[in-house]
Amino acid sequence: MSYQGVWTIAEARKGQIKTVSYELLTRGCKLADKLKVKLASVLIGNKISPADAQELIRRGADRVYLVNHPELEDFIVENYSNVLEDLINTHQPEIIIAAATTAGRSLMPYVAVRVNAGLTADCTVLDIEEDTGNLLQTRPAIGGNILATIKTPEHRPQMATVRPKSTRPAPVDHQRTGEIVEIEINEELLDGRVTKIDFRANTGEDVNIQDADVVVAGGKGLKRKENFMLLRELAEHLDGVVGASRDAVDRDWISYPHQVGLSGKTVTPKLYIAVGVSGAIQHLAGMKTADTIIAINQDPDADIFKVADFGIVGDLFEVVALLNERLVKGVEADAI
Amino acid sequence: MHIIIPIKQVPETSNVKMDEETGTMRRDGVESIINPLDLYAIESGITLKEKYGGKVTVISMGPASAEKALREAVAMGCDHGILISGKEFAGSDTWATSKVLAAAIEKIGDFDLILAGERATDGDTGQVGPGIASFLDLPLSTYTSKLIEVQVDSITVERLIEEGYEVLKLPRPALLTVVKEISFPRLPTLRGKKRAKSLDLPVWSAAQLDLPVAQLGLKGSPTRVVKIDRPRVTRGGTIVKTGDQDSIVAAVEQLVEFLRVKELV
Repeated sequence: MSYQGVWTIAEARKGQIKTVSYELLTRGCKLADKLKVKLASVLIGNKISPADAQELIRRGADRVYLVNHPELEDFIVENYSNVLEDLINTHQPEIIIAAATTAGRSLMPYVAVRVNAGLTADCTVLDIEEDTGNLLQTRPAIGGNILATIKTPEHRPQMATVRPKSTRPAPVDHQRTGEIVEIEINEELLDGRVTKIDFRANTGEDVNIQDADVVVAGGKGLKRKENFMLLRELAEHLDGVVGASRDAVDRDWISYPHQVGLSGKTVTPKLYIAVGVSGAIQHLAGMKTADTIIAINQDPDADIFKVADFGIVGDLFEVVALLNERLVKGVEADAI
Repeated sequence: MHIIIPIKQVPETSNVKMDEETGTMRRDGVESIINPLDLYAIESGITLKEKYGGKVTVISMGPASAEKALREAVAMGCDHGILISGKEFAGSDTWATSKVLAAAIEKIGDFDLILAGERATDGDTGQVGPGIASFLDLPLSTYTSKLIEVQVDSITVERLIEEGYEVLKLPRPALLTVVKEISFPRLPTLRGKKRAKSLDLPVWSAAQLDLPVAQLGLKGSPTRVVKIDRPRVTRGGTIVKTGDQDSIVAAVEQLVEFLRVKELV
């Protein structure tokens, strides 16, 4: 049997399919169409109903491999890897894409080793090479300073993780039909060595900045921990979250999960507002794929202005305070 | 307890500026350093050794010059270093790199824990740590932010995921990739530096690892880089300079208008 078909690895949490799964379908549809092959999604979890899995079909999958088991409730890499490896060996897809999330970036390298596959991390562009049908995987590297295009000429499957939010979720089409294949797993695939014994959910300000459409980030220019209040207020007006540069995190002004950049998180929001952030290479690596970038900084020579779509050079405290005031007043009313 | 830490030497980029003309990174005169994220693994390893006794071995695959990174790690407090080097390893992708490091770890043998940085700042893949775990069939915790408890035959850790922190209990030996939150790296000591300078540092090639050359380097790598683009990162946006109060008011007004047109407010 030869390798054929495109797979996406859907993600679910507590039985709910995550949006990033639909972004993968946008990517997957394009690849499957070009190759003229079927698109399948793999959905692993516990108590996910076939009715819920239909959503993947409505958004582009031709088939869903649905794997439910109580021990697959939580993402434990060894278990998920064994299940996925088994599915790959049985069905032999030519392309597998997963999200570059903490789960995807753990699962995919673990599986790629097992199935002898090439794997490319955190891709922002995926395409099919005209003559060969090879997957062309483009990803930023060296702090986003180069864009490398990578292919896997001989090994199958070809595997890639895709940067979350780098594309839109596939739209719902109620007319679409497809097949849900419920997989009864062999219990021997459950590794059982690692156990999850606790979970502490994000509370209050500790939101996942990678999920947000708007990130308001502060840097050294904020001068004091208390001044992050200004940004919290701005983020609230814009329905966004607060991010930070490494400088701000190292000074203990805000906790590490808020850090954007090479040693923190990579975000691709619709709007990124950098306040008092100088724009070190490491920071830019984590945010320069944002749709729109606004920079507010005292230093006209700050590198952040080079990546900005709109920038204000000036006293950030005055600018942000005024902006907050202005947003409270309401934008629409004024525009009439 | 014996802890093995695979590290990578990377170009130092913290002081690098962007080139005005090309909008790309200026790399001339860039020094080589230990991957900054590996420092958190090194610090965690040394801390564990200080608490529970044992030794820390650092290993690195790279050119002969990567010896410097290993000596720096020894200067911080690691006990041994092994360099895996040879032209047969050139062009390795993450799959091939994981295979070689796994083989080296197997050859060292008798370990309790492998600690690795979550990813390297140059390649930025984060795939080698999990890859090594997979080759050695080791339980894995990625994005590890805290070591909670070390027991005789297990280790309990906290890991940072999108929705919060989860606590995993893994049997030993295990492989942990760590994030910045886990530790605050120490500086090398004078004594450490002296020791590092004179320490005998073995160099292993494919022959020592019993690996067939056909499975190494570019030949052993499933992936191929086919194109490198240097994107301009500069956006050439509107930059408004302000001074007095009126100019700030005007600039904020202009910003709000910009956001409104883009339907962001």
